Amino acid sequence: MLARALDPSLMLIAPTGGGKTLAGFLPSLVELGADPEPGLHTLYISPLKALAADMRRNLTTPINDLGLPIRVEDRSGDTSQTRKKAQRADPPHILLTTPESLALLLSYEDAPRIFAGLKRVVVDELHALAESKRGDQLMLCLSRLQAMCPGLRRIGLSATVEDPPALARFVAPHPAPCHIVQADPGPDPDIGMLTTDTPPPWSGGGGRYAIPEVLQQVAQHKTTLIFHNTRAQAEIFFHELWLANADGLPIGIHHGSLALEQRKKVEAAMVAGQLRAVVCTGSLDLGLDWGDVDLVIQVGAPKNVKRLVQRIGRANHRYNAPSKALILPANRWEVIECHAAIEAVLAHDLDGDPRGPGPLDVLCQHILITACAAPFDADALFKEVTGAGPYRTLTRAQFDDCLDFVATGGYALRAYDRWQRLMQRDDGLWRLRDPRLAQQVRMNIGTIIDTDTLKVRMKGRSGASAGKPLGEVEESFAASLVPGDTFLMGGQIVRFESLREMEVQVSRDRGRKPKLAVFSGTKFATSTQLSVRILDLLHRPALPNLPRHTLDWIRLQAQVSHLPRTGRILVESFDHDERAHTCIYGFAGKNAQQTLGLMVTRQMEELGLGPLGFVATDYATLIWSVAHVTDPMQVLNADQLQDGLEGWLADNALMKRSFKGAATIAGLITRNLPGKRSSGRQATFSSDILYDTLRKYDPDHLLLQITRTEAMRGLIGFGRIDEMLTRTQGRIDHVVTDQVTPFAAPLFLEVGKVPVNGAGREALLQAEADRLMEQSGLATLIATGQNADGNADGIR
Amino acid sequence: MTQGFHFTFAATQLMLLPSGALWWPDRTLLCVSDLHLGKSERIVRRSGDMLPPYESRDTLGRLEEDLRHTNASTVVCLGDSFDDLLAAQNLPEAEILWITRLMAGRRWIWIEGNHDPGPVEFGGTHLAELHETPLTFRHIAQDGATNEISGHYHPKARLQLRGGRVSRPCMLVDANRVILPAYGTYTGGLRSDDAALSDLMREDAIAVLTGSPPRPIPMPR
Repeated sequence: MLARALDPSLMLIAPTGGGKTLAGFLPSLVELGADPEPGLHTLYISPLKALAADMRRNLTTPINDLGLPIRVEDRSGDTSQTRKKAQRADPPHILLTTPESLALLLSYEDAPRIFAGLKRVVVDELHALAESKRGDQLMLCLSRLQAMCPGLRRIGLSATVEDPPALARFVAPHPAPCHIVQADPGPDPDIGMLTTDTPPPWSGGGGRYAIPEVLQQVAQHKTTLIFHNTRAQAEIFFHELWLANADGLPIGIHHGSLALEQRKKVEAAMVAGQLRAVVCTGSLDLGLDWGDVDLVIQVGAPKNVKRLVQRIGRANHRYNAPSKALILPANRWEVIECHAAIEAVLAHDLDGDPRGPGPLDVLCQHILITACAAPFDADALFKEVTGAGPYRTLTRAQFDDCLDFVATGGYALRAYDRWQRLMQRDDGLWRLRDPRLAQQVRMNIGTIIDTDTLKVRMKGRSGASAGKPLGEVEESFAASLVPGDTFLMGGQIVRFESLREMEVQVSRDRGRKPKLAVFSGTKFATSTQLSVRILDLLHRPALPNLPRHTLDWIRLQAQVSHLPRTGRILVESFDHDERAHTCIYGFAGKNAQQTLGLMVTRQMEELGLGPLGFVATDYATLIWSVAHVTDPMQVLNADQLQDGLEGWLADNALMKRSFKGAATIAGLITRNLPGKRSSGRQATFSSDILYDTLRKYDPDHLLLQITRTEAMRGLIGFGRIDEMLTRTQGRIDHVVTDQVTPFAAPLFLEVGKVPVNGAGREALLQAEADRLMEQSGLATLIATGQNADGNADGIR
Repeated sequence: MTQGFHFTFAATQLMLLPSGALWWPDRTLLCVSDLHLGKSERIVRRSGDMLPPYESRDTLGRLEEDLRHTNASTVVCLGDSFDDLLAAQNLPEAEILWITRLMAGRRWIWIEGNHDPGPVEFGGTHLAELHETPLTFRHIAQDGATNEISGHYHPKARLQLRGGRVSRPCMLVDANRVILPAYGTYTGGLRSDDAALSDLMREDAIAVLTGSPPRPIPMPR
């Protein structure tokens, strides 16, 4: 690191927890030395507040040991106002912060003074930041800093990734080169599948069936991390673990929905070595120091090999010994997927989707932030922005569109001339029309779009636990609750009491089984590379060494139907429960299979087949309808499907959710701030209405362009449907059988069924409405009116 | 073909149109509530947020459609027709002309609402309430009133179906009163199970979900 200390940018790749963070600070400590000048020298950015605080402790020890007069401070949303003020007036030598706090600092008028003299930036967990818009925002901020401090040097620290040069282009100032230092990856992990006496269930996640085996492993190891893919699954697992924990092994839980106090308690106990195991989610993926972890258990298929490798690295990371990891498949499909993932880990075959260019909603926010700090010159800002790796291919026209959006709303109808957000001064510089807008911009900084969440609190005025914050649930989940419903929160069962002032009030429940637990965490889709490995695995001349129950199941599928193949799409048709069923095996990942469900049911609606609903997994989409699909080509026609994106796909809820995210980041709509939304609910309306209105009257608007771009990736996964159609070129295996096939059976048990709002559903609505009216005796009252006036043709 | 929901209220035959407008065939009277015209202009003025400025033309487009179907001779705008009085003044020229065109040749009544409590610079009649025997039209429902048509609350209702949920703006009806859904494009809704609405409506009230055709259900509480 020291040999390369004068490089303008440098990237260090080392396996999880290889001590790389301290290495990143070495050049700074050497430069600061025994007699540092006052002022900010090094800025450290990490994706987690906790990581910044952790790093302050880790840095302070060597600095004190060496007796260096170097001031190290951290700054985040949790830092007190007084300390934040003091930091702006008199910055420390080393400031540890997050991308959002940095963006906020850059929005202040005194930003040039705060950052004067800054020499170095260290970006930690770069691989994680680069996966989201937070990374794009950070790179724009670094460009801003680079303009203020031309000699600024960057160091990026990353865990093992599949394409280091791409990540280097992301972090380096364009077009400067970026040297990549690869640390010794260490020995291969000791990784295997956790086998159990009971075979895994047919569907679902969570791995509850393996509680005894997991407890046994915990007992045999010093400290075990038990990773789950979603918060809800972590909650259920933790609860069941405790019910079975006869020896009372100290086990904690840690995930992002828990209240800060709860999380801190677990972290402290972990560091003190008081816990034998922690049930956790992605919130522990990043490099916090967790002491002597000697086993990692991944519950459920990891969906993505790179993430699995990074998680495995959590075990034994301080020693040059192999990390020990066990994967627990949560259901029958995942047995195959876990096997494929383990093969990929041992083959060092990492996966990942190539990054697209920097998103424009983030750029819009950056333009606003820039205007808050000082009037700016558009040419200079364009040059600065294209110096950021993710925006190096941005065109001037795209930049101008964003500037126009920020200034005027960017509507074809120029309605807001009087109210422009940015105005051009006589000298050509752009400034905020109303300086008071700066406050609002600052409140909206950041690119993390939380699904709207509500706090959960223990009800009551007295008693030890009264008013205690427990965590958060999604607003949609809270809205579905009726008093008396029970769910899991922080490992305990709570009963929903009421929704008060936008807080969910609960009480403790003595029951053993919660009624619901559906607040969702992140939903990952199985990566393209892993899907290909699974298809490949199914077609080996000799099936690999899988448990007997799984082998039998695969063989039965081959007998009854076909095994899905890489170059073809398998479609099965059968009747079940007096409904026609169609199962499409696209292996395109859950998000894309879900989108495929929306698209295919639309085609079916047009063909009059009466689709009623569908459900999707990473491998397949199961659709039920009134009539059968007789020719799958009719519903899987590539051209028609592609047209679909422009037309009706635009109408679905996922698209609207993407729009809401982009609109919030770009500053079209203001975030729901606490306390701001409780008043007059009929006055607020949903962003869906804005989306529909824009589509109707201004279809080329910038935000719709952004929404469409995002539809190709992420939640909608249209890019992967495209990939699937290209891969299979219209080659379809259509199997018509008289029974539910072995591979389709688990889909019937899958949660997350999506209703189709077509003619079929409208008929159901009518039936249900009629039933309710009949039951309540109100129907007679209405019938008189209807008879008296005849039908609607009489309105003229 | 327009499919409406026919019902008898105060011995009067009425119909809720799919759009949420109320049609009184005997008087050829069309009533719409809470248009909130000029809402995006008021929002930018107050908060700086620049929402798509198309909601007034969308609302007027739907109103024009309903007028074409019914050929109403009387139109009652049941209050909160404008998001505030300044928004009424600041409407773009094209939309002012559009409103004037819709009004031409019709008896047009602007009922005052809490958002637009004073007269606006449009023709027609400005009233706090309209008594059109046997019905009374006012913006906000009054305790103890009967034969009353009002708006204000933007009621909406939810219905749980097998494998999904439907939530739509709705009209609430009981023996004493009718509460109309908001007609304006940028309007949210207040769920019928909110105390404000369940306290107002009798036990046997029904909610009629807007849409084609409108669907009556027992009012969810």
